[in-house]
Amino acid sequence: MTSAPRQRESRYVRPRDTHPPLDSPEYRSTGLRHPTRAPIVVPQRLTEVTGPLLTGPIGPSDHDLTRQHAGEPQGQRIIVTGRVLDSDGRPVPDTLVEVWQANAAGRYAHRSDDWAAPLDPNFSGGGRVLTNALGEYSFTTIKPGAYPWGNHPNAWRPAHIHFSLFGRAFTQRLITQMYFPADPLFAFDPIYNSAPEGARERMVSTFDMEATQPAWALAYRWDIVLRGRDQTPFEEPHA
Amino acid sequence: MPELTPSQTVGPYLRLGLDWGPAGPAVVPEGTPGAVRITGILYDGEGTPITDGLVETWQADPEGRFPHPEGGGSDFRGFGRSCTDDEGRWEVRTLLPGALPGEAPHLDVSVFARGLLDRVVTRVYLPDHPANATDPVLALVPAERRGTLVAERVGEAEYRFDIRLQGEAETVFLDV
Repeated sequence: MTSAPRQRESRYVRPRDTHPPLDSPEYRSTGLRHPTRAPIVVPQRLTEVTGPLLTGPIGPSDHDLTRQHAGEPQGQRIIVTGRVLDSDGRPVPDTLVEVWQANAAGRYAHRSDDWAAPLDPNFSGGGRVLTNALGEYSFTTIKPGAYPWGNHPNAWRPAHIHFSLFGRAFTQRLITQMYFPADPLFAFDPIYNSAPEGARERMVSTFDMEATQPAWALAYRWDIVLRGRDQTPFEEPHA
Repeated sequence: MPELTPSQTVGPYLRLGLDWGPAGPAVVPEGTPGAVRITGILYDGEGTPITDGLVETWQADPEGRFPHPEGGGSDFRGFGRSCTDDEGRWEVRTLLPGALPGEAPHLDVSVFARGLLDRVVTRVYLPDHPANATDPVLALVPAERRGTLVAERVGEAEYRFDIRLQGEAETVFLDV
């Protein structure tokens, strides 16, 4: 069951110049929450090359955040669509995509968010969908607003939607944020800028005229790329 | 080839999208014979509990099989998810994992939180298991830090595993 050849084929590439450093002082909350010792590089074995292949639970309105209450939420209705791929270009089918976001005024329906923007009784801000056989996902929501936070004087987060992805292996697990094109707040946001230059732009969706629905919704496209399989031969560190 | 998407923090409002309620920590249903509770507190560098974190577990079933085509197949869910509560506590209800070829029984753990820009990964090992002595991952960890990866048995069917993101007794994290 664990013969060396199969483990070789299943090894996932280790990301380089992609993820933010855990110690990112401009984002103050990292101060007491980043480990100070380097992680120990371990071989990928069965627990790492497998992972939960969850197909739910998914409710009937989980794919449409504008239809989770009796009325329509305030704001600009949008469709967010794209593909989940691995870095070899292979689509990731049947994988759970979970999202959450602020309302059109930039307020989260969360007890800890108390800034002076209105809650929307028709918007909870959480959704989930499965990718199809081609790795495509799509959900309908409203465009979230920007909001202030306490990181530094006059700090504002650019509008974003949180995304959680599983892929098909523990190594592929990813939680990230999708941004909207040409947001003037990018230059001032330490979370967006924590990702290396040359990589952070991958978190920005594009406006997609073709995916809009006439007289109904604008559309944004965003592909998400998870770790693919390493093609280069590699020896186990302990071999 | 497409380029990898960067990670970002889960932020403080993760429950809006990731809270599964009682189903999250239930790797197995309540009343499952042999079920154990694995629980602990997630701490920051000053020893303050983190109340807006997320801990996920992934493991083999008691026979060492995973519900995955590359893991032998199983009806076991294998996956647990726990949003930390107001005391910083996480927990899962599960069955103890079986040994894997060449590896001691363990659970892989992902930790997410506001202030963590990428997940950190660690492992839970079982106390006093004879296979720990020859486990290849434990062998890579300096002996004086190995203890941070081993759960403490605190009851008939309860194990404790605290996670310290930073500080003197910082948990060993793994680059997988």
